[in-house]
Amino acid sequence: MELNKLLKAMVVALPIMALSACSTTSESEVDASGSSTNSTQTGQGQDGTTGSGVQTGSVAPILSPAEQQRLKNQELRKEHVIYFDFDRSEVQGPYAQILQAHGEYLVEHPNVKVMIEGHADERGTPEYNIALGERRAKAVAKYLQGMGVMPSQMSIVSYGEEKPIDLSRTPEGFAKNRRAVLVY
Amino acid sequence: MKTLTKWLLLTLVVIAMPARAALDIVITEGVDAARPIAVIPFVWQGTGPAPEQISDVVLSDLTRSGTFSPLAQDKLPQHNIDSVAQFDLKQWAGSTAEAVLMGSVKPLADGNYQVSFDLIDLVKAQLNHDAKAQDILLESRQSVISADQFRQFGHRISDIVYQKLTGIRGAFLTRIAYVVVNYADKSPFQLMIADYDGHNEHMLLRSPEPLMSPSWSPDGRKLAYVSFENKKAEIYIQDIYTQQRQLITSYPGINGAPSFSPDGKKLAVTLSKDGQPEIYIIDIATKAAKRMTNHYAIDTEPSWFPDGKSLLFTSERGGRPQLYKMNIATGKVARLTFEGEWNLGGSITPDGRSIVFVNRTNGKFNIARMDLETRFMQVLTTTRLDESPSIAPNGTMIIYGTTYQGKQVLAAVSMDGRFKARLPVGQGEVKSPAWSPFLQN
Repeated sequence: MELNKLLKAMVVALPIMALSACSTTSESEVDASGSSTNSTQTGQGQDGTTGSGVQTGSVAPILSPAEQQRLKNQELRKEHVIYFDFDRSEVQGPYAQILQAHGEYLVEHPNVKVMIEGHADERGTPEYNIALGERRAKAVAKYLQGMGVMPSQMSIVSYGEEKPIDLSRTPEGFAKNRRAVLVY
Repeated sequence: MKTLTKWLLLTLVVIAMPARAALDIVITEGVDAARPIAVIPFVWQGTGPAPEQISDVVLSDLTRSGTFSPLAQDKLPQHNIDSVAQFDLKQWAGSTAEAVLMGSVKPLADGNYQVSFDLIDLVKAQLNHDAKAQDILLESRQSVISADQFRQFGHRISDIVYQKLTGIRGAFLTRIAYVVVNYADKSPFQLMIADYDGHNEHMLLRSPEPLMSPSWSPDGRKLAYVSFENKKAEIYIQDIYTQQRQLITSYPGINGAPSFSPDGKKLAVTLSKDGQPEIYIIDIATKAAKRMTNHYAIDTEPSWFPDGKSLLFTSERGGRPQLYKMNIATGKVARLTFEGEWNLGGSITPDGRSIVFVNRTNGKFNIARMDLETRFMQVLTTTRLDESPSIAPNGTMIIYGTTYQGKQVLAAVSMDGRFKARLPVGQGEVKSPAWSPFLQN
């Protein structure tokens, strides 16, 4: 179903693809290509009622797979935090996608720099947690480096348990505090 | 310009705040085991209202020590006496106290005060009814103090009483350093210093970024600590009297866990500049860093043995954090702890015989002590999320960070685990306590 839709979109969007293929990979690109298909007065719009009684409607923008991926990455990149298990520093499956999105962006933008903060929950000692936080930040840096992000684009800092975002000291709170944060 | 703004943001002030009991102590366990003692309120020999009552300071000190339990006022057979001459043994025949402290405060023409006190061995007096005054007198002193020395002199008297009755030097004339965090504030992190009982609290440093791990110089004059004021970990040394700050290390990665050597010339620290967190010894004068450990696992939390020849440190080289001892000259390393899931954040008692650390058993973090010779380990606390134990310079008490009613607070436990107390605060989270060395010889 999803694939079928994609194929259809590809056929329809061939000219647009040709255009966008040679354009730059800026963030605004997707928005620019997606804004071309506004139809007016189809009578099917439900929310587009204006003061003069006319209505506007819209259809989904036609996107290339590359653009769709880019859009998805843009969405994923809004997520700057990835979480870890207790006393662990391995990047867990669900968060690999988020890092993938950040990594692709950083590879495409070698001038962009990112700070990776490592954090721990409040269990253990402050100094051990500083070490653990650094290990988490390094795990993220290593993951990104594996995707081709240059070490010079990344810096890391560990705050250990010094900057919790949840002060409840419950298992749920601890889970929220065991994190790495990407700061651009 | 940017640095200037940073410096402006980082308000570095010492505020002469009025003494306030920010750390009111709540004894949670161990009063019953304490030794009864009689502290008679010191007699005020001036006109008008008396200034701060010195004997109240002594009373609080002795209670907080966990060793003594001063009798309630209504259990004192005699009041309004200030010397052994006025002591009437007959009235004290049935008292359970083992000693009696009494004294007086007299205002002098120059604005100072003359404080006198006598300490009587009541057990000896009760055993020998014919004993002369000098036979039962354990201590008798007279000193002249200024108006602002009342609390300090009270602690001095406590030190003398404690030493006379236990043979152990009192640690009442000491300070604690700690970190207070008010997350809602623009500049949430404050490095504080106070008398050991929480009075006389002063701010040494306030920062918008975390402050960690205060550690005292052996002369009690300086504090080493970690500051993130430049958005990275750096180790500073600050003179607590002159406010002068010195940047010691600012390597890439971790700059943490500073600990002064017993001679005050070096700092043991954790640096990750060469990859993993490793222990280094920094020469404070030259700032030269000498690497002490080399392992792919985490090595951190160095602490000096009293002889300055070995370091205690936390290492994950065995898979989980455990405590290890390193001979500084030979580099030889030996594992010390095996009991429990984790053992970390250790320091050595002043007599060099035991280590105090954070133990994790069944997922619970508590303060524990281990005898180095017998390897007998005792978990001392039952509070939650315990960390940062710091030992009093006389080795009788441990102050540590814990969690109570959802807030980080400081707590104290005696070395045998029998006496437990909590030091709650008004605002914010309080953590990373560090007990100063003796401040007066």
